[in-house]
Amino acid sequence: MNKKSVAIIDYGMGNMFSVMRACEHVGLNPVLTSDKKVILEAEGAILPGVGAFGDAMENLKKTDLVAPIKDFISAGKPFMGICLGLQLLLSESEEFGTNKGLDIIKGRVIKFPTIDKHNERKKVPQVGWNRIYRPSAANGEHWKNSPLEEIKNEEFMYFVHSFYCAPEQAEVVLSLTDYEGTEYCSSVLVKNVFACQFHPEKSADEGLKIYKKWAQTLKNREEQ
Amino acid sequence: MAKNIRIIPRLDIKGPNLVKGIHLEGLRVLGKPEDFARHYYESGADELIYVDVVASLYERNSLHDIISRTAQEIFIPLTVGGGIRTIDDIREVLRAGADKVSLNTAAVKNPQIIKEASRIFGSSTIVVAIEAIRETDGRYLAYTDNGRQFTGVEVFSWAKQVEALGAGEILLTSVDREGTGQGFDIELTRKVSDSVSIPVIAHGGAGKIDHIGQVIKEGSADAVTFASVLHYDFIKNISSKFEAGKEGNTEFLNKGIGFSKVSPAGLQEIKNKLGEAGINCRVAAKGA
Repeated sequence: MNKKSVAIIDYGMGNMFSVMRACEHVGLNPVLTSDKKVILEAEGAILPGVGAFGDAMENLKKTDLVAPIKDFISAGKPFMGICLGLQLLLSESEEFGTNKGLDIIKGRVIKFPTIDKHNERKKVPQVGWNRIYRPSAANGEHWKNSPLEEIKNEEFMYFVHSFYCAPEQAEVVLSLTDYEGTEYCSSVLVKNVFACQFHPEKSADEGLKIYKKWAQTLKNREEQ
Repeated sequence: MAKNIRIIPRLDIKGPNLVKGIHLEGLRVLGKPEDFARHYYESGADELIYVDVVASLYERNSLHDIISRTAQEIFIPLTVGGGIRTIDDIREVLRAGADKVSLNTAAVKNPQIIKEASRIFGSSTIVVAIEAIRETDGRYLAYTDNGRQFTGVEVFSWAKQVEALGAGEILLTSVDREGTGQGFDIELTRKVSDSVSIPVIAHGGAGKIDHIGQVIKEGSADAVTFASVLHYDFIKNISSKFEAGKEGNTEFLNKGIGFSKVSPAGLQEIKNKLGEAGINCRVAAKGA
């Protein structure tokens, strides 16, 4: 059986093993790598990551991975960003001063407020399960042909983050989530780039459905 | 909409067996951890916690095989604790398939390991376990080695310090209540939870569903972990199909003796009851 190769981009930001296992589970052939040649030759690529935005950009630059990531995306091949891997796609983050991102999606990365409008303290980071739902302006077909196609509206996914993405263009927003009164973008889809704030690899069977659907897009490319 | 509270089965492991003690001691063998883990995953557990209860005592860590087997089939966060002393220990446990590690003894002995580990693996990977005992003068002190080893460290200032050092969560055990089924230490949980911004996982004392609701509402717990309520429900309803481990004290299991202080309940029942009490938990979506 010809398993599709997926480069899991390793740039020293956190634990990537659960991403590897989820890929294997849906019949992909994941390779943990920081080698730009391996990345560019792969049929799909995943940018995972947890930690600080500034450190992450610094590591991507140090390992000379900024250009390969951009080239991979420009080539039109399926690309998935997870958690920090979503945030890095935006223009800039306000984490510890302002840091420039990969600027593939116009917008900013903002910190959750620690005090809500009723002056109540809120826990940040968000750690745990939360619902993802379609934007109110979108119709019931919004997730069709996306990795969320098999997911029910308001399904639970697993999140760990203190910052969230605010893309400039509403069209890129695939799903929204509400944490303690802040409604924010929890996933985006821009052509071949799907990226989510939650961790599908830690979101039980529903999360695996997202990997399965994404793996399907890799297989479909070959048939075209 | 208030945030969703995580319900986390805790599996104490000794050698190949799932065990349960009282005050973190006096262990009974209940079965194979993987069987319990799979059942909890399928019935809607939000995460799992594995603790190697003797690792710290004998300086051994035999969990790796159990972790790998679990990680192959379970796609929710798995936290592993017990006997993790060094950065290399953390790396090995993560490589075996854990998503987070919990540190206690190592963190108390050398708080800088929290900083170093959170920098290398990310804060969200590093959980600090605090084993609290209420002293006769009302102070709460942190212990190590399953509540055996006195450290003199005061719990509330230690909680703030571990947050400042980069811990992603606190796993807070009331050693006084652990295994008693008499309910959580509400005061302890609330004070720790209110003194930090990172999530606090309450542990120790769950005997029935009401206790769980209470530590969420009155104790401000962000997550709750417990063992007996779930394990005895599983044993009562399902585990006769499974062969119990041979090592250790299995007499209790073979005789089918229950534990009178605990009212067993399954995850779905617990989440439904909490939902009726106005506490949000993850349940299957109804939408299209």
